[in-house]
Amino acid sequence: MPESYVELYFPVFLQVLIAMAVAGGMIGGSYLLGRKVKNRIKDTPYECGITPTGSARGRFSVKFYLVAMLFILFDIEAVFLYPWAVVYRELKLFAFVEMFIFIVLILCGFFYIWKKGALDWSQQERPPEER
Amino acid sequence: MLDTIFFYLFALLTLLGAVLTITRRSAVHSAISLIVSLVGVAGLFLLQRAEFLFAVQIVLYIGGIMLLFLFVIMLVNLDRAERERQFSKAWWLALACVVGVGAEIAYFLTKGPAAFQFPPGAASPGVASAAAGGNVERLADALFSEYLLPFEMASLLLLVAVVGSVILAKKRI
Amino acid sequence: MSQYYTATDHFVLVPAIMLALFGCAILLFDFWVFPEPKQRKWLLAFLALGEAFAGYGLWQQHTYIAGQGIAELTAFQGSLVVDGFSLFFNWMFIAAASIVALMSYRYLEVEGEHHGEYYSLILLAQCGMYFLASGADLITLFVGLELMALCFYIMVGFLRSDKRSNEAAMKYLLLGGFSSGFLAYGFSLLYGLSGSTKLSEIGVAIARRDPADPVLLLAMVTTTVGLLFKISAVPFHMWAPDAYEGAPTTVTAYLSVGSKAASIAFLLRIFLGPLASARAAWEPLLVFAAIASLTVGNLAAISQHNIKRLLAYSSISHAGYMLLGLVAGNETGIKGVAVYVLVYTFTNLGVFLVIVALRREGLVGDNIDDLAGLMHKSPGYALLMLICLLSLAGIPPTAGFIGKYYIFLSLIQAGRYVLAAAAALYVAVAIYYYFRIVRSMFMSDAEDAGAMETTFGVRVAAALTGLGTLGIGIFPEPFLRFAGQSLIR
Repeated sequence: MPESYVELYFPVFLQVLIAMAVAGGMIGGSYLLGRKVKNRIKDTPYECGITPTGSARGRFSVKFYLVAMLFILFDIEAVFLYPWAVVYRELKLFAFVEMFIFIVLILCGFFYIWKKGALDWSQQERPPEER
Repeated sequence: MLDTIFFYLFALLTLLGAVLTITRRSAVHSAISLIVSLVGVAGLFLLQRAEFLFAVQIVLYIGGIMLLFLFVIMLVNLDRAERERQFSKAWWLALACVVGVGAEIAYFLTKGPAAFQFPPGAASPGVASAAAGGNVERLADALFSEYLLPFEMASLLLLVAVVGSVILAKKRI
Repeated sequence: MSQYYTATDHFVLVPAIMLALFGCAILLFDFWVFPEPKQRKWLLAFLALGEAFAGYGLWQQHTYIAGQGIAELTAFQGSLVVDGFSLFFNWMFIAAASIVALMSYRYLEVEGEHHGEYYSLILLAQCGMYFLASGADLITLFVGLELMALCFYIMVGFLRSDKRSNEAAMKYLLLGGFSSGFLAYGFSLLYGLSGSTKLSEIGVAIARRDPADPVLLLAMVTTTVGLLFKISAVPFHMWAPDAYEGAPTTVTAYLSVGSKAASIAFLLRIFLGPLASARAAWEPLLVFAAIASLTVGNLAAISQHNIKRLLAYSSISHAGYMLLGLVAGNETGIKGVAVYVLVYTFTNLGVFLVIVALRREGLVGDNIDDLAGLMHKSPGYALLMLICLLSLAGIPPTAGFIGKYYIFLSLIQAGRYVLAAAAALYVAVAIYYYFRIVRSMFMSDAEDAGAMETTFGVRVAAALTGLGTLGIGIFPEPFLRFAGQSLIR
């Protein structure tokens, strides 16, 4: 048993440190050891990549926003499952019924967006060439 | 000792991220700085032994809400936003807020725990977490027994939010 | 059943369960069972069924409390409470939601945004109001408030192709979220001061504290700011005119009566419950807000040409009158606030109903000139509008007089003659701008000869609001007795 709370999480901290060291080491190592070539050919997409057209700062479709919004809402729901799983053994059927009602209400929402076609990507908007 | 070192580490991370968030000109850079700041706050939560808040901070704020922020930034016209004035003229309002919050913190620092009244069951955090299980267990106990009503209401709230996002963001419903 | 969900808990929760259940059912049936546009009247029928079931649950609570002779019934470890106060407000919410639903059907058809979600949101917003009127726990109250507010944000922006509606929804959402932040901050401090989220325990802890404790003052000020935002009292009223003007008219009606009544119920619960012992600290704030609301609301209403905007400012001034009842703080005052809210509900719904009935293809109907010559076009609606405007101004024999009478009486009983005089002075200002509408209806000639197209639902709603406004004015006794039950001890 670790003596203090910080010691309990010390391995996690070590892992974060190692991950950062590995990532930093790779970038730093290749920067120090690699040969530096700088010309126009070097900046183009690799071999069979498609040559980029237009600006990367173009505006995204609002569809991305809708999907991100729905993602967060279901994410919040998933967060509630975490404490629920912790006490499930103690409260047994009661906790099950509680979570069942919660999930059913969320499923209403899921069914709603599914049937409304908020999850369909293609049919909503015309492809950009037509505009 | 170790606690103190980590506190200053996370506090520094939080402040650094926050300062970068408001000073960067590019909105994307600001959003990424905000992520750094939120990681610092998550670390502070962990030091306070609030493991559930730590997890929520990582999963929801950094994983979910910052993603939404980045999408929103990409929805708006970035080139124009970068040419706009960066700071508004309402600096006096900001100053008033800073003075107000500063006075509040000073008050709490001088008064200590006597400023608040803690529920009878809660002793000092260190003792309590060992005696009554971890933070998540205690939170779950409260949430699924005493506070089951707000918990079920939250699912209605999420349902309404789902409906709202479809109605307001979808072209045809 | 378990120790955390007893039979009493269920009994207290039934109306909310019904509202949520039918709200979800309408949401799903909209595309599942009744997908055709012509079948939407079934959704309206489902809404009526939901209200009926919720009403039955309320009626059972009502008879139980009266039969047992108890003052209140608590559930969920004191998170919910059924007493005369909560029943009074919940009956009112049922009436308001039903009338709004009745007048919405044709209006949404004309606007071309008739979707089943609308009826679902009406019920779910009402579910949030239920928790606001009967909640006795900070978390329950806050989640209930957010549930109601979220439904309203969506409904305000329901006319998705209309720029004004979009702008209104955005302003309302931003300022509403901002005010919720203030409220949550105040609540967290209240929790810190007492170590409990239950209003009763917070009350005990605060009574023990020094009233000049800075943390207590901070908690009180932030809570007050959040609550004043919700009832659109000056200086936190700036969202109201834009939201009222841009929202679909039926939603404006629901917002002005439902959201406001629920927020007033919430405000009374907080100020007469846990914060009662700190009265000396919050009373000056409320006096300032009340007088400022009366001044800004009444003076700004004079120069409005858009009738929805005018009613928004009038609604701000009515919030001022309601706050004055709380400032007086005696039995008459609280009774006065309850009656005032009830009267305001019927009266304001009547005014908005006439504007809704005016709306047709090619006529928005929210300009004062659009009402020109209404007397010649359709005398019935002109009469309804006249009665409701008289009631808003507080002229006997309409119901508005009873509401204002009790507020003034309570102020005089409490010895606050200056406040009473100021409030009476603003009645004169109010009469001036309400009569601008009346003059337009009766004196000017109709600009277009198009007849009003109304439906059965609109006519029923018109009859209900007219009867309510006149009925409470002529036979106030049963309503006053009912409002008397709503006292918080």
